[in-house]
Amino acid sequence: MNEPQIRNGALVTALVIAFALLGPWLAPQGSTDMVGPVYGAPTGSAWLGYDFLGHDVLSRLLNGGLSVLWMSVAAASIALAIGSTLGLLAGLSRRRLDQLITWSADVSLAFPDLILVLLIVSMLGRAPWLIVLTVSIAFIPGVIRLARASAVAVAGQEFVEAAQMMGYSRRRILFKEILPNILTPLLVHFGNMLTWGVGMLSGLSFLGYGVAPPTADWGLMINENQAGLLVQPWAVLAPAILIGVFAYGTNILAEGIGRRSARMGDKQP
Amino acid sequence: MSEPSCKSPRTPAWLSWFIGRLGYGLLTAWVISLVVFIATQALPSDPARVILGPDAPLESILTLQHQLGLDQPILWQYLRWFGSALSGDLGESLDSNAPVSDILWGRLGYTLVLLTGVILVVVPAALALGVALALRRDSRLDRWSLSLLIFLKATPGFLLAIGLVLLFSMPHMDWLPAVSILDPDQSLLRQLKFLVLPVLALSLTALPYLTRMVRAAMIEALDSDYVVAARLRGIPYRRIVWGHTLPNALVPAIQGVALTLRTLIGGAVLAEVIFSYPGIGTALNAAIQMRDLPMIQAIVLVITLAVVLINLLADLLTVLLTPKLRTARRVTMIQRNRRGITPWWRRSRGDA
Amino acid sequence: MNAITEIDTGVLQVLDLRVELPGQVDVVSGISFSLQAGEILGLVGESGSGKTTLATALLAHARRGARIVDGQVQVAGQALLSLEGEALRRARGSLIGYVAQDPATALNPALRIGHLLRETLAVHPSGLDRAAQQHRISETLRDVGLPQDPEFLRRFPHQLSGGQQQRVMLALAFVLRPRLIVLDEPTTALDVSTQAHILATLRRLCKSQGVAAVYVSHDLAVIKDLVDRVMVMYAGRIVEMASRDRLFSRPSHPYTRGLLGAIPDVAGRRELKAIAGHAPAPGQRPPGCSFGPRCERFSAACQALEPQLHALDVGHEVACIAPHVQPLQAIALAPIAIASAQIAPALLTISGLNVAYDRQVLFDITLQVQPGECLALVGESGSGKTSLARAVAGLGENAEGALSYAGRPLPLQSRQRDAGLRHQIQYIFQNPYRALNPRQTVYQTLSAPLEHFFKIKGAAARQRVDAVLERVSLPASVADVYPHSLSGGERQRVAIARALLCEPRLLICDEITSALDVSVQASILDLLRQLQREGLTLLFVTHDLGVVRAIADRVLVLKTGRVVEQGVVDEVLDRPQAAYTRALLEHSPSLG
Repeated sequence: MNEPQIRNGALVTALVIAFALLGPWLAPQGSTDMVGPVYGAPTGSAWLGYDFLGHDVLSRLLNGGLSVLWMSVAAASIALAIGSTLGLLAGLSRRRLDQLITWSADVSLAFPDLILVLLIVSMLGRAPWLIVLTVSIAFIPGVIRLARASAVAVAGQEFVEAAQMMGYSRRRILFKEILPNILTPLLVHFGNMLTWGVGMLSGLSFLGYGVAPPTADWGLMINENQAGLLVQPWAVLAPAILIGVFAYGTNILAEGIGRRSARMGDKQP
Repeated sequence: MSEPSCKSPRTPAWLSWFIGRLGYGLLTAWVISLVVFIATQALPSDPARVILGPDAPLESILTLQHQLGLDQPILWQYLRWFGSALSGDLGESLDSNAPVSDILWGRLGYTLVLLTGVILVVVPAALALGVALALRRDSRLDRWSLSLLIFLKATPGFLLAIGLVLLFSMPHMDWLPAVSILDPDQSLLRQLKFLVLPVLALSLTALPYLTRMVRAAMIEALDSDYVVAARLRGIPYRRIVWGHTLPNALVPAIQGVALTLRTLIGGAVLAEVIFSYPGIGTALNAAIQMRDLPMIQAIVLVITLAVVLINLLADLLTVLLTPKLRTARRVTMIQRNRRGITPWWRRSRGDA
Repeated sequence: MNAITEIDTGVLQVLDLRVELPGQVDVVSGISFSLQAGEILGLVGESGSGKTTLATALLAHARRGARIVDGQVQVAGQALLSLEGEALRRARGSLIGYVAQDPATALNPALRIGHLLRETLAVHPSGLDRAAQQHRISETLRDVGLPQDPEFLRRFPHQLSGGQQQRVMLALAFVLRPRLIVLDEPTTALDVSTQAHILATLRRLCKSQGVAAVYVSHDLAVIKDLVDRVMVMYAGRIVEMASRDRLFSRPSHPYTRGLLGAIPDVAGRRELKAIAGHAPAPGQRPPGCSFGPRCERFSAACQALEPQLHALDVGHEVACIAPHVQPLQAIALAPIAIASAQIAPALLTISGLNVAYDRQVLFDITLQVQPGECLALVGESGSGKTSLARAVAGLGENAEGALSYAGRPLPLQSRQRDAGLRHQIQYIFQNPYRALNPRQTVYQTLSAPLEHFFKIKGAAARQRVDAVLERVSLPASVADVYPHSLSGGERQRVAIARALLCEPRLLICDEITSALDVSVQASILDLLRQLQREGLTLLFVTHDLGVVRAIADRVLVLKTGRVVEQGVVDEVLDRPQAAYTRALLEHSPSLG
């Protein structure tokens, strides 16, 4: 882990995560308490001012990260788990099954993910778990394609054939020979999914389909305080900056992992 | 093994492949439309109630349901909808009672203009920037540009849009309108200033990926053996860049543009909402909020067809621009296992 | 053959050439030599010798990261290294031509051949108008043996065979009528017969047009009939330079002797001696003579000062303080297994084996392998020899036929063989770089079959692993490293170790030394002979008849999926019956 990008990316990401996790304990006010003037300017007791209903922006900020973060991590993780399994299955099984899985993935990929998520969420409601599932559904086809392509590439290599010749069980070949060699591209993709997930989730909240008010949520805060953008920019800027920083951190992390694996790739003649 | 002196086959192989892909694409579009239709019709919310309001008496609701055909089995409803869609009739909007097609084409036109604008900005910019960075690889310019691009890529699109709105709403910067209130009676060309900000916002979100892809493709081409061989033959560097590497870098770039377009369609929804641009995105958003089913189904159909078309064009261009695929006897874009030997789990012959 | 007019035209003069990597690490240094018009120089060295670096430096080009820091290169009077920009560009191509190693990647897949040829002519001022240029192109194509019709010129590289592609590269080099041509192992990727044709074409062109050539190769046998002089490189220095006849009969530098002693020759079976150790990487050269640590004549004086090239005789220079002076003698060997009638039943019997993918690659193959012998499967690419080997190993997809092993029927799929059978038949792959799991240490890779077949774990396993590593001449420390820190030869030995741990009776080797240097190949062949003496049966797939002569007892010749000839090695190679075998022998490079 000596690639500077990995270090920086991990650091930045960890900072934002820490902020979101510890935030609720550090908030000076309740996130739903109306304690000040609408769009009030920053003061000594409210460093970031007040929002459209008079909440303390700082308190809402400290409370609002958790939902975005846990939902993006959850969505990315679910997509990774399900997508890799399906992708591996597709890459390593009979032609029919492979074609079926690949075709389903292609069909799902044919549709822009945001619209897909928008449709489903608007139809079925705004329960957080549902949103998470929907976003992961949008991500799964991409993971399937990646896992399948990596699995096929690795499985065509001679050491896998050697293992097969030895008569190792299929399960053993899958877990010991193939899986460790496809981890890196999947990890990079996970980092990317975190980045997109944050963008998509906050975008959803912004459009009004995410977490319901009056819960504090960064994306929702941007939506709610749009009108007062010129009067009290902090209500919009602060959550926007945090979202951006988190996305940036995960992005750099993913890039770093990708670079490192490219550098340490096997020396081929 | 070499081919004997080529007799061109009657139908070039790529043409039959193309027709196959066309069929496949239409099939995909059809499946999606079916899924969305069933999903939307199977909703708890009832279009009849939406139209008549929550206080309407049960009889009126039942009558309206019968009129709208909502009491028939789903598949029958789908077939009826599909049938009329094929003839151009996409039903009536529940919200405004106007025919969906009328509203749709107007909005579609605006969105197309928006997307065209973005493409016209992004593609040349990405090509120029990507090539320039590839030629100056690892220089200071390259490193700084890459960092900037990474920063842009990481920022969620709607944030960029909001940032632009904020920027141009400030007192001294109001020479571009932050909200695109277009006058439908005037020609679009006269109102171009309303397009600038949305196009800019979307371009900024699309630029990083495409630039990096062009850069990567150019670098790979520049590092290849045939470039070294050409240099050692004394071919001038300029000629190598434009005549030797660009044709090879073009194909990945085309796939990149296709992917960009697909993402743009999604991003356009957000951008249109933020700038209040009267395109398909805002129409979709409104339709979803109003539970305007015919509208939703029609828009989804149009978007799906558009994506299928984009994919098809990209793949077609790829085949036509790759001599190896263009002249092949049988076009399979699947990568063959290097030895041409199939892995153990495949019983089929020849295809990896 | 035309005689060249005796003008004292020194076409190429190289003086003190030095190429460095960042950090002042030298890749090649102290290179000085010269060439006359029409003279062909063979530049020989193994991987890491710097021969490719030197070859491209003759065109004032260094690969990414390297720099030419010192020396002079004069071609037809022009000092090349002082040229820059436009002048350099024009010199490249018109003064010196270059032919790359792999024609498949050196030709732009998006451009037609005619376009490449026309462009090459057009960018150099040649004083030819369009018609004359067209004529020159046709002439050149005819010279290299390619059709000149416009339909051929409209082809893309992927529509040509490997041999045709390389001829196009030759055409691209010769079309400008340069004074010097540099060729970097241009026939490595080609079949033996194609290679022979291309070499003949090259020699004819050089002599008739008076073009000097520098031919880089790792294989002394290949260049024997092509070159006039030979230059041997080791660790970035010239160690010996002599006329062709002189070098092959009286090599004087210990390294050259070692090389010649390690090359298997199809003409006769000789003892192969590997050179112990391996070549130092740039930056890790020992003090004094770089070859010192591996040399049998090593003395303290060798370590003190780096030996300079000095003339041993007329036209023979060597960089050694204790060079050999006697002629080279080869020790003939007898085969291991006696080729008399076998009393013991065959270990492996194949009857009616057919393998087909999208087209059929093997037709009704029948053969037998006796216990304790080494049977070689020989053929060119596309002959089906690899498919045959894989079918025996249990990797036979789409194969049908009857196999029997030690008297019992042998299923074609390894999954259907029982464990007791499976461990007895082992397979070694051609590409050592992909034969080991990159995410497992050598120990993990080696201990896995021990546990799988024999249920041996822990300390007992460790013991066995150490023992087998010693058997393949690898240090015990190798067990704890990952494959990416090992060289190709070391990885191949690990693969052999893995096979040996399974206690095999039949070892199938699929071109296991094609990707390795000659000296490393010799040591692996030596190891295999040792194993054969201890009772192992070998099925050895190769395209190299020299290796066949060196290691095999019987040989089977395959052509496009059918057995053309089989028999005892000496019989088949000395008195071939089939025309195909005769052609193969004729085209195989030989030292004899």
